[in-house]
Amino acid sequence: MTMELQQSLEYAAPEVRSRVRPFAAPDDVRSEPRFVRIGIIALATAFLSVFVVLPLVVVFAQAFSKGVSAYFAALSDPEALSAIRLTLLVAAISVSLNLVFGVIAAWAIAKFEFSGKTALVTLIDLPFSVSPVISGLVFVLLFGAQGYWGPWLQSHNIHVLFALPGIALATSFVTFPFVARALIPLMQEQGTQEEEAAISLGASGLQTFFRVTLPNIKWGVLYGVLLCNARAMGEFGAVSVVSGHVRGETNTMPLLVEILYNEYQFVSSFAIASLLAMLALITLIAKTMLERHIDEEELPHDD
Amino acid sequence: MTIEVKNLVKKFGTFAALDGVDLKIGNGELLALLGPSGSGKTTLLRIIAGLDWPDSGEVSFDGENALVRGAGERQVGFVFQHYALFRHMTVFENVAFGLRVQPRSIRKDDASIRARVKELLDLVQLDWLAGRYPSQLSGGQRQRIALARALAIAPRILLLDEPFGALDAKVRKELRQWLRSLHQEINVTSIFVTHDQEEALEVANRVVVMDKGRIEQIGTPGDVYDNPATAFVHGFIGESIVLPVNVSDGRVRLGDKALKIAADGASSGASKLFVRRHDMQVGPAGSGSLEGSVRQVRSFGPIQRAVVALCGGEIIEIDAPRDRELQAGEIVGLEPRRYRIFAA
Repeated sequence: MTMELQQSLEYAAPEVRSRVRPFAAPDDVRSEPRFVRIGIIALATAFLSVFVVLPLVVVFAQAFSKGVSAYFAALSDPEALSAIRLTLLVAAISVSLNLVFGVIAAWAIAKFEFSGKTALVTLIDLPFSVSPVISGLVFVLLFGAQGYWGPWLQSHNIHVLFALPGIALATSFVTFPFVARALIPLMQEQGTQEEEAAISLGASGLQTFFRVTLPNIKWGVLYGVLLCNARAMGEFGAVSVVSGHVRGETNTMPLLVEILYNEYQFVSSFAIASLLAMLALITLIAKTMLERHIDEEELPHDD
Repeated sequence: MTIEVKNLVKKFGTFAALDGVDLKIGNGELLALLGPSGSGKTTLLRIIAGLDWPDSGEVSFDGENALVRGAGERQVGFVFQHYALFRHMTVFENVAFGLRVQPRSIRKDDASIRARVKELLDLVQLDWLAGRYPSQLSGGQRQRIALARALAIAPRILLLDEPFGALDAKVRKELRQWLRSLHQEINVTSIFVTHDQEEALEVANRVVVMDKGRIEQIGTPGDVYDNPATAFVHGFIGESIVLPVNVSDGRVRLGDKALKIAADGASSGASKLFVRRHDMQVGPAGSGSLEGSVRQVRSFGPIQRAVVALCGGEIIEIDAPRDRELQAGEIVGLEPRRYRIFAA
């Protein structure tokens, strides 16, 4: 904070700087003794190192423990390639589904008044509050052989469970809230005046959406998609229940990591885990950048 | 374009925002809807624009039912209180928006759109801001861009919601003058909403005073100021002194003291006497039918404002000319020069 203040002062006129500096003396405003501050910072740093940085380092260390060639050999194994392909496909499907549903849901909640709105908002959060394993089981109950639609699906030779559709469905369900959650507060904050202005200027509903609403929320949409994608690729519980673990066919990356680990193939296991870890890092960096843009979107444009 | 509104009713839950409003607006008028917040003025404006729909009643433009058309088909220019400029578009694109979204069959080519936008930006004297984004503009500039954007669609009616509400006092004064002259130049039937009486009186040709979803009075600025139709209008427009009086047998009494003023046909019973601050004649003790002691005097500009405690205990503020300086503690006689009596 003090740092920021001083940085921003560097751009200020010299007379402002000289006026402000004496009052911004950092030690006067903080009453905590020095050792308390250092202690708290050290504790936080130590905790983060042990629980976040160390595991990340271990993942990469294990992945490269037998050398770079072993690492790439593990990744180019047909089973690994199939898992990567399946994961990307599932993520693509569930992100696109949730993009559409999330924008529609957020639009409905932020821009219209209707009864049952609170119930809808609560329902959107349901996938977050239910254990992913239960989410997976729901689909088993619906589509399984003994399930609700099972016999009908079987007689028409449609495979949902233990196949791509089941995995995509379970993943979509678990990751549904991300896009909607990212957009609802943003759209509520922006209100409906710009849309009203567009409509009174003669724009149709679609024109209003694509020329006014969407551009205003584009960073929020990207933010939701980013988090949705990260979770979709990393989802374990729900997918584990519906996948059936058919090797080379219905194993996603997280499932394969577990299987390989249980078979003591540490290099292969951690090689794939390292991909997921990299995804996490990229997501983190992108998220930080996007948050800056979203702040701009939220910036009140009237005062 | 003439606008006619008949028996308009609009309820939000149990709250009646509009409670039977009738209004006729002539071609080329510049009309002010004036009232406190919650009086229904903005709701009326939004219904005329097509952004809200009444529960019952009629709205017609040039005798044609307007309620069968959506907001986009009414050719109404609407300027929002907080401007609602498209924040991701440049000033130029904001103004061009209404032209770019027209159906292909009547949409102009790019060159004529550019020419038209340039023309509008010249009109609001902000052509040098064409490449900026709304967040880079001052409040007054945003207001004028919002107006240019509304004018782009060649509106038959221009509606402005609290057009100067979010601006500081100096800019507000400038823009008032500017809006008046702009209206003279383009001569589009215009309605603006305001809660600021000074603004309404200074800018509009005609003022509609609203309260609690009803129209209290329609008239020229001079009319509503000099001949307020109701107690509400008297109290809302201009600063008024209000005294509780009793009317009986054509005589006006304050407490047990009979005033020398005529009841002017006011009906008997408990009433309220309204006097403008500057319409209270101040003289030496015994010179008027009211008497009081000066508590406090503040002089500024051409007037001195005195706080006077009447004998009955009422505290009033009066504006007196500075020809005789009043002193705190002095006993003065007061006589209303012009006044109105309304039933309480």
